[in-house]
Amino acid sequence: MQIKPILAALKRHKAGTVLIALQIALTLAIVCNALFIIQQRVSKLVRPTGVAESEVLTVQNSWVGADDATAASRTKTDLLALRGMPGVRDASFSNSYPLRGGGMSLGVKTDPDVKKPITGATIYYSDDHSIDALGAKLIAGRNFLPQEIRWVGSNEFDAPAQVIISKALAHKVYPDGSALGKPIYLALGETGGKPSTVVGIVERLQVPWSGNWASNFVEYSVLVPYQSTGAFGSYIIRAKPGQLDALTKAVPALLFKTNRMRVIPAERGVRTFAQVRDEAYKSDRGMAILMGVVCAVLLAITAAGIVGLTSFWVGQRRKQIGVRRALGATKHDILSYFLTENLLIGAGGVIVGAALAIGMNLWLVSHFEMERLSLLYVVVGVVALLLLGQGAVLAPAMKASRVPPVEATRSV
Amino acid sequence: MFGYYFQLGMRSLRRNPVLTALMVIAIGFGVAASMITYSVFRAVSGDPIPEKSAVLFTPQVDSWGPQQNIHGEPPYALNYVDALALLRAHQAKRQTLLYAVWLSAQPTGEQSLPRGADGYAVTADFFPMFDVPFLYGSGWSAAEDDGRAADVVLSEEFNQRQFGGADSVGREVVLGGRAYRVVGVTRHWNPRPRFFAASGSTSGFKDPTDFYIPFSRAVDLKLDTAGNNSCRGNPSFNGYDGWLQSNCVWVTPWVELDNAADVARYRRFLEGYAADQQRAGRFAWAPNVRLRDVMQWLDYRQMVPPESKIALVVALGFFVICMVNTIGLLLAKFMRRAGEIGVRRALGAPRKQIYAQYLVEAASVGAAGGLLGLMLTALGISGVGILFRPQIARLAHLDLSLVGLCLVLAVLATLVAAFYPAWRAAQVQPAWQLKSH
Repeated sequence: MQIKPILAALKRHKAGTVLIALQIALTLAIVCNALFIIQQRVSKLVRPTGVAESEVLTVQNSWVGADDATAASRTKTDLLALRGMPGVRDASFSNSYPLRGGGMSLGVKTDPDVKKPITGATIYYSDDHSIDALGAKLIAGRNFLPQEIRWVGSNEFDAPAQVIISKALAHKVYPDGSALGKPIYLALGETGGKPSTVVGIVERLQVPWSGNWASNFVEYSVLVPYQSTGAFGSYIIRAKPGQLDALTKAVPALLFKTNRMRVIPAERGVRTFAQVRDEAYKSDRGMAILMGVVCAVLLAITAAGIVGLTSFWVGQRRKQIGVRRALGATKHDILSYFLTENLLIGAGGVIVGAALAIGMNLWLVSHFEMERLSLLYVVVGVVALLLLGQGAVLAPAMKASRVPPVEATRSV
Repeated sequence: MFGYYFQLGMRSLRRNPVLTALMVIAIGFGVAASMITYSVFRAVSGDPIPEKSAVLFTPQVDSWGPQQNIHGEPPYALNYVDALALLRAHQAKRQTLLYAVWLSAQPTGEQSLPRGADGYAVTADFFPMFDVPFLYGSGWSAAEDDGRAADVVLSEEFNQRQFGGADSVGREVVLGGRAYRVVGVTRHWNPRPRFFAASGSTSGFKDPTDFYIPFSRAVDLKLDTAGNNSCRGNPSFNGYDGWLQSNCVWVTPWVELDNAADVARYRRFLEGYAADQQRAGRFAWAPNVRLRDVMQWLDYRQMVPPESKIALVVALGFFVICMVNTIGLLLAKFMRRAGEIGVRRALGAPRKQIYAQYLVEAASVGAAGGLLGLMLTALGISGVGILFRPQIARLAHLDLSLVGLCLVLAVLATLVAAFYPAWRAAQVQPAWQLKSH
């Protein structure tokens, strides 16, 4: 295929050529970034929490008119009632749980004299039922013992003697894999503090936050053998298989029967873990859907634009095509002429577009919490747009190839 | 002439319905995407208190030091000790300290279960500073702050729930198991984002507050904050008093400063205060203070959800592509009629007339695109709930200004897109066209 005559022809259609190339370039820039955003959000969405998600119900509870002592005794009564319910496998009480949104975090160190903690980690107030209630998997060491559990006030925090930590955190603070039985120090910044012995390791337990800022410690969790006497807290209830739906109504009813002096918020008060996950990732999922729609519509519009302009060109050049056919060009020659022409314009467009895509990504990185675009996306985008261009040009090019040689003899 | 060009335009648009439909759809989608994302952006990034946003400032004092603060910035709130010191120094025209509290409200009337109520512990200046409108009564006085009075100001919404909307001034309401005397009921007041308690990106768009109680009273009752509480150092402290003396930050201060001189003076005071703390040995670092006004504060705290900005940027890029597309299609459409243009020119029409004819045609395409865009916008706004949390999603709505903007944007953008194709059309050489026919 000779490229020279194509280039010569394009020179006579500068405006159209530039417009198609520009459209391809801009589409590539947006589609690359949109696909990248989708991939990032989706990879967040599918992260496992370490919770037996299909079996867990959470209930947010606040006591009314209770001081520390009464709040503790009421919570204990609740827990006994919940654990005795038919359909309940286990229940526990905590300050927070994975994907809840709010929680507590502290720095973790292995050397009390070093100022800077190794990492931040979330603190879950737990008892000997927590691991089972969450459905977390203890992979080393032991659970808390009932006599290790302490009831503490909301404004008290002292490093506990025992902690259970997640595997990810264990590997972070003791990279050689020897965390079990070793001490860790819970503090932020300052030196000193009491050691807490790692008595157990759970396979996985996510932090309460789903935001990007938490992604560098997303599986760093510390379970402490504390129960809070404060007025706020959440019950984590694990249903026996198939019982979750029934419990969603039965649990609040039972709690109000046990004690009326409580507030369970009407909104977000009683949530299955599926709802917790849904709400935590709402904006991530929405962003992925939005970007998907934008990509689809953009590609469709760009394809339509190419079809429109190429059809116009074909219409304009009927006579020339007829002359070529009369001089011996085959249908295939005409077809490949338009395909090559489109490929040349597309190539120009994707070169500019790749640069634009990277530029747009750099801008997003500097303004939002976003990562660098992987070049794979640019490559995929380039291939996709070139194929889209070829596909879009096919119909008008076929039409052109059917122009009969006799066209050359007609005065247009 | 305009009407005739419009008729001509309509006829030509009908001649290639596919091409016309393509343009209208491209413009419609482009405008709708921009309008939907803009409606959300507009709702979340507006000035919550336009009359006073330039004279309200929140002082920040670095009580954590360079080792523990975040990227050199002082913490976003004050600890109790610094907050009280700033309040007592009284260096601004008006000033308030505040923190969020949650209390249970005793059931009244047919309600049988206690309900939760969200409020703020504030000082007397809060109400005049933020221009809080009152339905009944008023706020409390500074003397009542000092006297740690059990006063409460209710919101219109909470007053409706508890007292059926009656004038409840002087009556009693039980919150968190303790009685408070109602001194005022505000009119509906819910600045969005809630700038004065900016602690996170979605917390700024909550439902209206239920009540306000005196700061001094709340501390006396040892009420914990229901907002953010951030601590540094070894967090072993025992009980409420230990917490008050700790470096945990949870109190938000606001001051009202009328002019640049006052602002400069207050900033010097803040630096002086931090320097005094350094001399006294409380801070082991040089003064590090900030004094941001409302809009700077919202920006610094990133109260505008980043999704709304990313979506707007992507939508605008989308719109540009739709317009590039429209330029190409208009060019194809206009140039197809080169022969017709040649005849008109040969019969004496000046270039200006050709220009006018094609711009009118483009404007009608733009108007059709705008109408389609309007329909898609209405559809899209009801669907913004998939991207934003409900409290933000319901802020987006289609009002008259958005309808106007949508149509004007569609027509203007199409006209701009039509300039080059119309210019090319006007350049057609009549002689050349006539000869080849």
